[in-house]
Amino acid sequence: MFDDLLFSVLPYVVMFTFFLVTIQRYRQKSFSYSSLSSQFLSNERHFWSLVPFHYGILLVLAGHIVAFLFPRELLAFNSKPVRLYILEVAALTGGLMTLIGLTAAAWRRWTTPQIRTVTNVSDWIVYALLFFQVGGGVMVAVAHPWGSSWFATSISPYLWSLVSLSPDMATIAPLPWSVKLHIVNAYLLIGFFPFTRLVHVLVVPNPYLWRRPQIVRWARRRRAA
Amino acid sequence: MNVRSQVAMVFHLDKCIGCHTCSVACKNIWTDRKGAEYMWWNNVETKPGTGYPTRWEDQEDYQGGWEVVGGKLRLKSTSKSKIVFNIFHNPHMPSMDDYYQPWTYDYETLFNAPEGEDQPVARPISKVTGELVQIESGPNWDDDLGGSQVYADNDPNLEGLSEEQRAQLSSVERLVMFYLPRICNHCLNPSCVASCPSGAMYKRGEDGIVLVDQNRCRAWRSCVSACPYKKVYYNWFAGKAEKCILCYPRLETGQAPACFHSCVGRIRYLGVLLYDADRIEEVALKPDSELAEAHRSLILDPHDPLVAAAARANGIDEAVIESARKSPVYKFVKEWGLALPPHVEYRTFPMLFYVPPLSPVMSTRAGSEAISHGSPSLFHDIDESRIPVQYLANLFGAGEEDGVRYALRKQKAVRWWRRARTVGDVDEATALRMLDEADCTPEQAEAIYQLTTLCSFEERFVIPPMHREEAIAMVQDPREAQASMGFGFSTGTGRSI
Repeated sequence: MFDDLLFSVLPYVVMFTFFLVTIQRYRQKSFSYSSLSSQFLSNERHFWSLVPFHYGILLVLAGHIVAFLFPRELLAFNSKPVRLYILEVAALTGGLMTLIGLTAAAWRRWTTPQIRTVTNVSDWIVYALLFFQVGGGVMVAVAHPWGSSWFATSISPYLWSLVSLSPDMATIAPLPWSVKLHIVNAYLLIGFFPFTRLVHVLVVPNPYLWRRPQIVRWARRRRAA
Repeated sequence: MNVRSQVAMVFHLDKCIGCHTCSVACKNIWTDRKGAEYMWWNNVETKPGTGYPTRWEDQEDYQGGWEVVGGKLRLKSTSKSKIVFNIFHNPHMPSMDDYYQPWTYDYETLFNAPEGEDQPVARPISKVTGELVQIESGPNWDDDLGGSQVYADNDPNLEGLSEEQRAQLSSVERLVMFYLPRICNHCLNPSCVASCPSGAMYKRGEDGIVLVDQNRCRAWRSCVSACPYKKVYYNWFAGKAEKCILCYPRLETGQAPACFHSCVGRIRYLGVLLYDADRIEEVALKPDSELAEAHRSLILDPHDPLVAAAARANGIDEAVIESARKSPVYKFVKEWGLALPPHVEYRTFPMLFYVPPLSPVMSTRAGSEAISHGSPSLFHDIDESRIPVQYLANLFGAGEEDGVRYALRKQKAVRWWRRARTVGDVDEATALRMLDEADCTPEQAEAIYQLTTLCSFEERFVIPPMHREEAIAMVQDPREAQASMGFGFSTGTGRSI
């Protein structure tokens, strides 16, 4: 019953919240749609915490998404042990980078008075959730190796069952508690996402790469171009 | 020819007394807010000196502005390829330490302190953390410290000066300094706009004012790095880029910007320039030595019927073209060649020009003669002046001395011409010869004199009609818009709901 609530109901609740609030916030409070960079207040330790964290989490997230989207292809890729080893090492490296970066970032934030003054409760909630998620993820990676393969066989079918609106927990039922905790915490992160600074993930500057260098805005329509 | 109009500026450094009234006027209106305390959209720095933020001219360090690589114009700091890798950490951004940590004082102690042996003291408190701080630097920390080994000696513009010239700049009784008031240059080729990953920064089409769309700014801070003049600031509390807005709400209602209006020395001039937007890239690719001249060539003559016709065809209002014809900026920059752009080698094409300072007055006392000019070359003292021409050239000519020397010679010739007319201790023939050698006519000299010394408010600020009401009327009743506008953030500055 409780499992049903966590794995069949919670995902829909958080996704609903995610989309509703994300869109509503973008439309009504576009001003707040970013992270609050603290590099200006203290340049020290910024590089060695934020850079490994971001690259690490991008790598790990990409891994999760690929396993979710292409489980068959991933299993086929992993059929050669060498490839599996490479993937495993890359994933663990990414996870450790994220964990180290996150720890350093939190420590920097806590120990720099200037940065602490621009930190609010939601920031600490984000840190706690991320810490739980990343730390737990690394633990799972160490305790239950070959995650890229068992993710594809057990979690991908479950996630796809959610997508098709017929939640089926059969494939994740036998998974260890640490993995389940990782899943539930992920849902919490998604649910909190639109209320926090995490929204900056959604405003990656993609048009920058192909826009013209200069931008001119006209107040009035011009009579001739 | 793609004619556009730009509200441009001239600062006459020979008249600046370094009183900071402009800075204070600006601060009181725009940056007296949390997160903006450290910002001085208008600041006045002492030159030679390190400036604000410290050594902002050192582009080896800050990587501001443009560079030409393989015949193409590229941002130095965050070119498109680099932004992808530097998005999580901006490697060339100044931090608060490069400006200063704003503070206030614990004034309450003065009233609440218990009776004791000593006078109570109001201790400094950080405006960031609210804790007691040790003040290490502040606004205008190097004010008037020409000759200082900490500040003047570390001025990036000293590059290329001989040991002798450097020594002269700081030798006792020969010390020299002048003031450099700085605001956003509202450049024609702004590197801040080009660097913005979110496309939040833009140049206004009608008047060329460069602004930040605060609702689209995502705090990437690329603009802070990319602006070589360090005139885009990061509001650490709101997480937004902020910069000089050239008091556009004032301009739109026909008033001069606050710093212009309050200028005690009346050093500031404002007016419209027409320029050819199609030629910007071509000009930006020229070598350093030709840049200053090429920059000037972008500015078009508003009296030319062809230019006026092209302007009209481009939708520029007749009143704006008329305003451009009266522009004092056009006279200083184009007609007289007196005003020069700062650091044109950054290739952003600033629309704020400076008349290089002639001071200190170069006169000697020989017996009863107040002024002697012993050299057959009447301008010899410009090359021997206390401020080395090379130094001014590094500031206002991308290292090329010609433009600076031209402006200094003409200023000096005008002075002597007026001296011949009013005091009479310079004979008119000599003064005329000087004018001639300085590429100036008596009529022009009178006009320069007039606009430099006797200029009225209306002569200094020729503000074009902005027709803001027409723009508003396209979407809303202008009276309704007027009633609904106010100050401050309409939505609060929080980063989360």
